[in-house]
Amino acid sequence: MTQTALRVLIVDDEAPARTRLRDLLGDIAAEHPNRVVGFAANGIEALRLLEQEPADVVLADIRMPVMDGVELARHVGHLPEPPAVIFTTAYDQYAVEAFELAALDYLLKPVRAQRLADALARARARQPTPDAVLAGLAPGTRQHFGVNERGRILLVPVADVLFLRAELKYVTARSAEREFLLDESLVQLEQEFSTRFLRIHRNCLVARAAVIGVERAGEQEGEPHWDILLRGLPERLPVSRRQWPVVKQALGI
Amino acid sequence: MKSIKQKPGHALLRGALPDFRNLGVLLRVLLLVNVLAVGTVVLRVDDPAAWPLALMVMAGRVELPLFLAVLLLFLAQPRLARLAPRIAAGVVWLVVLAVIAVSYPLVREGEPGALWRWLAWGTAATGACLAYFDYRSRRFSPALTEARLMALTARIRPHFLFNCLNGVLGVIRSDPRRAERALEELADLFRTLMRENRDLVPLGAELDLCERYVDLESLRLGERLSVRWELEHCPRDALVPPLMLQPLIENAVYHGVEPASGAGEILVSIARRGGEVRIKVDNPIDDVERHHAGNRMALDNIRERLVLFFDLEASLETDTSGGRYRVLIRLPYRRKTA
Repeated sequence: MTQTALRVLIVDDEAPARTRLRDLLGDIAAEHPNRVVGFAANGIEALRLLEQEPADVVLADIRMPVMDGVELARHVGHLPEPPAVIFTTAYDQYAVEAFELAALDYLLKPVRAQRLADALARARARQPTPDAVLAGLAPGTRQHFGVNERGRILLVPVADVLFLRAELKYVTARSAEREFLLDESLVQLEQEFSTRFLRIHRNCLVARAAVIGVERAGEQEGEPHWDILLRGLPERLPVSRRQWPVVKQALGI
Repeated sequence: MKSIKQKPGHALLRGALPDFRNLGVLLRVLLLVNVLAVGTVVLRVDDPAAWPLALMVMAGRVELPLFLAVLLLFLAQPRLARLAPRIAAGVVWLVVLAVIAVSYPLVREGEPGALWRWLAWGTAATGACLAYFDYRSRRFSPALTEARLMALTARIRPHFLFNCLNGVLGVIRSDPRRAERALEELADLFRTLMRENRDLVPLGAELDLCERYVDLESLRLGERLSVRWELEHCPRDALVPPLMLQPLIENAVYHGVEPASGAGEILVSIARRGGEVRIKVDNPIDDVERHHAGNRMALDNIRERLVLFFDLEASLETDTSGGRYRVLIRLPYRRKTA
C-alpha cells in the first residue's frame, strides 16, 4: 500500500517545540509517510506560508503571540483547500475541556510518537471543523477578520474596524481606509464581539471605542432619528428607534 | 505540642508570645489596652456627661505605664524570644506590674491606697493582650500551613513544567549538553520547590534560584526573554519569604514575554533603603484585559505570606501604566542573627 506523503506545517512559537515535532515526524515517516513543508512561529506566519505552500495538516500550538492556534484554524478555513488542524498544547485545562466537547483533535506536549501517528491517520479522513465551533472555543479573542481576496487571505485587525453592516448576502466591514466583505453573519459577529461592537440598527454594528457622539437628524424628512458619529469617518450611521434605548444606555448618554 | 517538632524559626510559629518589635504587634497592644480603658470608664461611670472627664483621667493613668511597658518589652524582645512561652508571659506580666508600681507615684492624684487595684487592672489588661495574641497565632498557624500548600501548588505551574520538558526533548538530539544543563537546573528548582519552605531565606539564595529559572526558560523562549538585573544596592543577606521572587518572574514571563511577538525585557531591581528592602519586578504587558486571574492568585499568595512573616511592616503593590506592569514589594531589612 502506498500513500502519498502527508504535507505537514509546524506552527509553534518555541523553537525546541518545533524541532521536537520535526524529529518525531521523521521517526514515524516509515509507517506514516509525511513531509514537513515549513515552520512558523505564529498564526500569521503560518497563513503566509500556506498561501505559498499548501499543506494537508497543520500542527498548531494553541498559545502563541500575534495570532493563536484557534484563530489560525478559523482563517485556515477560508483557504481553497483547507488543511486539517491538529492543536498542540503543553497545559491548558480549559482549552482541553473545550476541545473534548467540540471533538477536535489535540496533542499534549511533550507529544508521543504514537499519538502523533494516530492523529495524522485520523487527519486524512477528517472533515473541516465548522467555524461556529471554533468561534465558541475562544469567544472574543479573534484579533483579525479574514477576507478572501483572489486566493489570498487578507487579515484585517478587528481593532481597525469601525463598523459592520449587513448587505444582502455579505457583511461589510469598514475601516478608516477601506471596505471589506466578510463571509460571516452579523448575528454571529455580534455574539462573538459583544463587548467590542454595539448594535445600533437591524443591519449595523459599530465599534464602541470609535463612537465620538450622536446627532439629531431627519427632522425635515419627517423621520426624526439619531445618527452615530464615528472617529475618522464622514459617514453617519442612523440608529433605529428600536435600538435607541439600548444605545443610549450603552453609551451612557 | 505541635510546635515542639518545628525548628526554631519564625516567632509566629513558635508559641503564644508576640514579637514586640513588630510594628503591627505594638499598634495592636496600644489599641487593645486603650479600648479596655475606655470600656472600664463606660462601665464605671453612669452619667454619659461625665465620660469625657473620666476618660481624660483614665488616659492620664494608663498611657504613661503603657508606653513604658511597651518600650521595655521592645528592648527586651531578643531575650524574651529565647525563653519558653510560659516563662516569657510571666516575665511580661512582671514587667507590667513593675512599671505600674514605679509610675504609680507619678500618676496617682493624691489618692493613696489604690495601687493594688491598678496592679489588678494591669494584670487583666496583660492577660487580655496575651490571650489575644495567643488566639491570633493559633488561628493563623493552620492558615500558614495552608498558605504553604497553596504556595507549593501554585508554584509548580503545570504550563511551565510541561513546556520545559518539551523544550528539553526538543534540544536533546541536537544539543545534548544544553539538555543536560536544563535538567540539572530543573532538578535544583524542584528541590527548592519541594523543600519545606517554612523559614525565611537569604535573598541571595532566592536570586540564585531565579537565575536558574530564567536560564531554563531561555531554553525555549530564546532571544525573546531577557532579564535586566539591577542589584548594585541589593542586600544579599536580607531575609525574605522563600519563593517570593521566582513566582513574580514566572508571572512576568507568562504574562509579559510569552504573549508578546517581539523581545520583552523584564527588569528586576532590588535595593536597600535604610531599614527597608525594596523589590521591583517590571515587565511589559501585551494586553491588559487578558492579564487574568492566574496572576492575581500568585500575588495574593505572596501577599499573604508577607503578612504572616512581617505583619504590617511589609507591603505589596502593583501598578499598570505605559504598557508595563510593576510589582513593588517593601519589607523590613532583617539579617540572620547568628
